[in-house]
Amino acid sequence: MTDESRERAGIEVEGLVREFKNGPRAVDGIDLRVEPGEIYGFLGPNGAGKSTTVLMLTTLLPPTAGTARVAGFDIVREGGDVRGAIGAALQEAALDPLLSGREHMRLQTALHGLPRAERGARCDELLARVGLSEAADRRVGGYSGGMKRRLDLALALAHRPRILFLDEPTTGLDIQSRTALWDEVTGLAKEGVTVFLTTQYLEEADALADRVGIIDHGSIVAEGTPAELKAEIGRPTVEAVPHDPDETGRVAEALRPFGERCDPTRRGGISVRLEGGESQLADVVRALDAAGIAVERLQLHAPSLDDVFLAKTGRSLEGAGDAAAGEEPGSEEMDAVGAA
Amino acid sequence: MSGGGLRTQVGQLARRSVLRTMRQPGQIVPALIFPLFLLAVNSGGLKDATSLPGFPTDSYLTFALAVPFMQGALFSVMNSGTDLARDIETGFLNRLALTPLRGAALLSGLLAGAVVLGLVQAATYLAVGLIAGAELAAGAGGALVIVALAVTTTVAFGTLGLFAALRAGNGEAVQSLFPVFFVFLFISSMALPLDLIQTQWFRDVASVNPVSYLLQAYRSLLIEGWNLGELALGFAIAVAIGLLGMWAAAGALKTRLVRT
Repeated sequence: MTDESRERAGIEVEGLVREFKNGPRAVDGIDLRVEPGEIYGFLGPNGAGKSTTVLMLTTLLPPTAGTARVAGFDIVREGGDVRGAIGAALQEAALDPLLSGREHMRLQTALHGLPRAERGARCDELLARVGLSEAADRRVGGYSGGMKRRLDLALALAHRPRILFLDEPTTGLDIQSRTALWDEVTGLAKEGVTVFLTTQYLEEADALADRVGIIDHGSIVAEGTPAELKAEIGRPTVEAVPHDPDETGRVAEALRPFGERCDPTRRGGISVRLEGGESQLADVVRALDAAGIAVERLQLHAPSLDDVFLAKTGRSLEGAGDAAAGEEPGSEEMDAVGAA
Repeated sequence: MSGGGLRTQVGQLARRSVLRTMRQPGQIVPALIFPLFLLAVNSGGLKDATSLPGFPTDSYLTFALAVPFMQGALFSVMNSGTDLARDIETGFLNRLALTPLRGAALLSGLLAGAVVLGLVQAATYLAVGLIAGAELAAGAGGALVIVALAVTTTVAFGTLGLFAALRAGNGEAVQSLFPVFFVFLFISSMALPLDLIQTQWFRDVASVNPVSYLLQAYRSLLIEGWNLGELALGFAIAVAIGLLGMWAAAGALKTRLVRT
């Protein structure tokens, strides 16, 4: 592969496997391709194999089988070259609480071999970019979660990588910090940086990713643009949460005529995919009313990536976080609908 | 973009290690107070030992002043090991592993904090000991050699802390080693010269314990003046422990850092 073609290379993965001793296959033969300049969202619940995949692609964990090329370099045979081309912000913002943000940046730029004359300017530029100029000389131990994540991102960018790995970059952040980080990631992609982003937040994958791979139990169960994946599902779902939790079974009975599958939800309700589309919502309300069930919440969901996950795995995406719930784009909610 | 040179890498990590050490009074203060407290207790309680025939000095304080230097070095096991273990636990080591950092630079840089700690400890123990009335037969030059030996010993024991951290991967395991290392101090010539220890098994164990000869190197400067043989043996033991520790730590680092 020539230097020029490497400049244009993204990520190519074929049959990547990682087995741990006495454990299941954490990653079970995945294939994927990320084009240069693309934001690829790797979506899945905790323990699905997202972080193990990132550790392999960033050369920190050797694969058991399969091959992968990152920025045109083989992750096993050319690990040093891969590390030179990538930046990574791993699952925990690995920072030293006793050092300041600027001291972190100085260390990172020096270890990456930036000439001494360039380091100061690069540190200032990146700290300004992530909005940490004022806090740059404060110890990181006093930073908020969002500030730590932004510093983590700045550190990953220190050596101008072509490919950026972000492993659950917004987990635990408030909405404001999350949105700020999304803007930054979007900006990087516009500058031509390829972004491989793992997340368990549905709306994050939906809002950011050009394409999404959904991983479960170490295997990719669906892949495509968010629009393509949702189009596969096509129909909306309705979720009904009874006022009395003991009536969940009766809610399922009432909703069964409207769709093939009635699934329990995280909020203690039942969701069903409406075979007849949105127009059946009125019929659903009437059915619940006829059954004499007091409903605390009735919500119509446009097809979401969670529906895609449900359709592909038979389960709802676990651990997606409270923020994900109730904020799906296209939701129409009717609170405290007293059907009875 | 090429990776930083070895010197840059060592320098940057050394700077971080020193900053970390200076910003953690909790590491420095116990390593200063605890050995001096024991020195005060021992030199007060055991001063009658100087009347034993063959005891090398009539000042037990001078004899006991060697012990804080060894205790300080043992604190280095815990401090350097705990720092590295924290880097492993927080993922900071992974961050470093994603740079072109060389293993030798990482280990050497991490020991810079031990050098600073060793300097501060040695200067404090010596100053407090002399103010309290201890003798220094080798004079001002001997003071410099004592500090040099203390730094060498502190770094040497620091490598054992790095090895423990890399093997165990957590700070609690490193800290649990502290009493184990202290046993080596207690079964040495800490309280009495080797030839005055009457219990045979204790004398045998103390005679093969390298800590006895490190103590003897300090005592030679404090009590006798310049005994090059004992000094050379002390430095040789410290360097050997350091090399052994670095070799073991380098091996453990390869296992810990499985980057391709």
